[in-house]
Amino acid sequence: MAVLTEEQSMLRDAARSWVQEKSPVSRLRALRDQGAPLGFDPAAYSEMAEMGWAGVVIPEVYGGSDFGYLSLGLVLEELGKTLAPSPLLSCALAAASALVLGGDAEQKQSWLPKIADGSLIATLAVDEGPRHDPAATSTRAEPHGSGFALSGVKRFVPDGMAAQLFIVAARTSGAPSHTAGVYLFLVPADVLGVSREARKLADARGYAEVTFDGVLLPAAARLRGEGLLEMVLDRARAGLSAEMLGSATQAFETTLDYLKTRVQFGQTIGSFQALQHRAARMFTELELTRSCVEAALSAIDEGSPETPTLACLAKASAGETLNLLSREMVQMHGGIGMTDAHDAGFYLKRARVAETLYGSAAWHRDRYGRLLGY
Amino acid sequence: MADFGGDADTFRAKAQAWLAENFPPSLKNVDVAMAAAVGPLTGDAKLWRDRMGAQGWGVPTWPVAYGGGGLTPAEARALNQEMAKIGARNPIGGMGVMMFGPTLLEYGKEAQKMRHLPPIARGEIRWCQGYSEPGAGSDLAALQTKCEDKGDHFLVNGQKIWTSGAQFAQWCFCLVRTDTTRKHEGISFILIDMATPGIEVRPIKLISGASPFCETFFTDVKVPKENLVGPLNGGWTIGKRLLQFERSGLSGGGTAGRGGDPRPLDAIAKDYVGVDEQGRIADYDLRARIIRHQMEAKAFSLTLARTAAEAKGNASPSAATSIMKNVGAKVMQERAELTLEIMGAQGLGWEGPGFTADELSTVRAWLGGKAVTIYGGSTEIQNNVIAKRILGLLDHQ
Repeated sequence: MAVLTEEQSMLRDAARSWVQEKSPVSRLRALRDQGAPLGFDPAAYSEMAEMGWAGVVIPEVYGGSDFGYLSLGLVLEELGKTLAPSPLLSCALAAASALVLGGDAEQKQSWLPKIADGSLIATLAVDEGPRHDPAATSTRAEPHGSGFALSGVKRFVPDGMAAQLFIVAARTSGAPSHTAGVYLFLVPADVLGVSREARKLADARGYAEVTFDGVLLPAAARLRGEGLLEMVLDRARAGLSAEMLGSATQAFETTLDYLKTRVQFGQTIGSFQALQHRAARMFTELELTRSCVEAALSAIDEGSPETPTLACLAKASAGETLNLLSREMVQMHGGIGMTDAHDAGFYLKRARVAETLYGSAAWHRDRYGRLLGY
Repeated sequence: MADFGGDADTFRAKAQAWLAENFPPSLKNVDVAMAAAVGPLTGDAKLWRDRMGAQGWGVPTWPVAYGGGGLTPAEARALNQEMAKIGARNPIGGMGVMMFGPTLLEYGKEAQKMRHLPPIARGEIRWCQGYSEPGAGSDLAALQTKCEDKGDHFLVNGQKIWTSGAQFAQWCFCLVRTDTTRKHEGISFILIDMATPGIEVRPIKLISGASPFCETFFTDVKVPKENLVGPLNGGWTIGKRLLQFERSGLSGGGTAGRGGDPRPLDAIAKDYVGVDEQGRIADYDLRARIIRHQMEAKAFSLTLARTAAEAKGNASPSAATSIMKNVGAKVMQERAELTLEIMGAQGLGWEGPGFTADELSTVRAWLGGKAVTIYGGSTEIQNNVIAKRILGLLDHQ
C-alpha cells in the first residue's frame, strides 16, 4: 500500500465501511436476480455521489474535490472487493477525465458539475468490436453545416443503458487502423439518431450497443485534442486496474479463509504444501500488481511522461493476476466454488469482463513494447 | 570520527566536501568491496577503504563506539546519494557488514562487539558463514557439527559446506550442535578464528567454473568460551535473525549471476536477431517474451521502491518484503536465459577466440546465477515462509 495522506486514508476507510455495509456481493446477486435494467442501483450511486466520490478527479471550481487519481483508485479498489456495480469508473473517472482534459470552459461548466453531484451518467463509447481496439475506430464525424454528422455503432459500452451523455470516439479523417484523425464528441443520449439496445454480459452489469445514425452535432460538441482519446483511456485503464486489484485481493482473502477452514484427510487443506506454494504465488502476484497499479495512478497525478507505459503495465498485471486468482478461487473451493450459491462465480465472471475491457493483458504487453520501441 | 551536527541538508553539504577531497577519481564505478572480498588491497583502493573506514562511513548507521558513522537513516541516505552522484562505491562490504555485524549489534556482549565490530567497520576482517552441511541444506536445523564443552574451551568437529569465501576469510560465524537430544533448541552460535589448527578449507568448483563456495572441515578445533554469542543452545534464534539480514541483502539477487552483456535486452535482441520493417524485434515470439520479462522487471523495481517508501512511513516492514528474494531471483535468471536465447551459439562460448568479452561473461553469469534460487533459502523455502508467516497457513501434521 502506497504511503497515503490523512485525507486519502479517511477516504479509503469511508469507502471500505460503506462498501462492506451497503454493497456486499449479495447486493450484486440481488440486482442480477432482479434483472436490474441498468446493472447497478441508482440510489446507491446517489449515495456515492453524496460522499463526494463522483467528483474526486474534477476540479473544485466545477464541484469536485480534485483529490486525484490515486485517491479515486482507493475507492475503486474497495468497490472491486465486493464487485460493487456503479458508474464510478465509466462516468466519474473516464468521462470526467475526457471533459477535464479536453473540454473548454463552456463544455466543462455544462457537464462536470452534474457528473460531480451524481445527477448525470456519462460514459465513453469507444470500441466497435468485441476486443479493445481504439485505432480501429470507423465511426465517422463528417462536416455538416458548421458542425458534424456522426454515424457508427459502438459495442459493449459500459453503463450504456444508463448514460445520458455519450463521449464518442469518431474519425474526422483517416482510415480505420490509423490512430490519427480520431476525436471525442459529446453526444447526449436523447438527440435524434441515437438508439441503444442492452447487451447482457456474464458479469450482470449494464452494457449497450449504441447506434449513431447521422446524429447532427454542433461544432461545440467536439472535445479538444487529437491525442485525447489515449490519455483518457490510460486513466480509465489505471482506474479499472485499481478495481481489479480490489477484486483479486478479495478473491484471495476468501480463498485463504477456505484453505484455513476446509478439512480433508484430517487436516486443513491449507496445510498441504502444494496449495501453500500456490497461495504464496498468488500473494506474490498481488503485491507486484499493487505496485504497478499505485505507480500508474501516481504517475497520472504527477503528470509523468511514464503514464502510458505504466497504465499498460498496471492493466496487464491486474489482468493476469485477477485471471489467476479467479481461477484458483474456483479450483481451491472445489465443488462448492462451482455453485451459483457461492460468490466465486461472480468473481470469475467479473474478472473476465474486466480483463477484456480497455484492453487485455496481451494487448497491453504489445502496446508496452511498441511504446518502448521493442 | 567526524562530528556532523545539524540536519540532513547540512550533513549532505559536508559529505559532498569530504568526498570531493577523499575519493580517488581513479575508482569511479570501481567495486573495491568485491576485490577486498578475495584478497588484500593496494594503492588507491586501499587508500579509499582506509579513509572510509576511519570515517565510519562503510557502515554509516552503526554506532560510533563500534567504528560506525553514527549517522541517522536520513543522513545515510544523503551520503549514499552523494556517493552515487560521483560514482563512488562503498569499499567496505561482505558478510561482516551485511549479516554478522547487524546480528552481533543485537545479540552480542559488549566485549564481543568491541572486539569484532571495529575491524569489520574498517574493512580489515573478512567473515564467512558456517551454516549449511551436507545433510543440512534447506533443513538447516538438522545440522550436526559437534561442539563439546571441554571446561575451559569448546571442541568443534564436523563439516560445513557452501561456506562462501571461506578460503579468503579470517573468521567464521558458525551454527553448531551443543545438544544432540533436541533439534532447534540444541544449536549454538559461535565465532571461529579460521587460523585455528584443525580447519581445512577446500574450494568447490561450480558449473560456471568459478569457486565462490567451499567445504570446510573442523577436526578437534579449540574455540575459546568467550566466542559463544547468546546463550548456549540459544543459537537458532540468532541464526534466523542473521538470515533475515541475508535475505534483505539478497533481494537484488545477490552477487551470483552478475555480469554478462550489460545492455537492455531489447538492444541485445536488435543486435543479434535483427528487426522487421517496422523496427520491431524480428522474432515475434521472442519479442513477446522479452516484453513480458521487461514488464516483470519493472514491476519488481516498482515494488522495491514501494517497500522502501513504506519503510520510511512505518515501523514494521511491509509484507511485500517477503516476496523480494524470489521475484528478484526469477527476474535475474529469466534475463540470463533470454540473453542466451537471443545470442544463440555466440552466447554459449566457453573460452578462446571467436567471442566477445560480454559473450563469454554471459555464459558464466547464466550458470553462476543458478545459485540465486538455491542459496539464502531456496525458492521453495521462501514460499514456505510466505505461506506460514505471512499468510498464516498451518504446518502439515
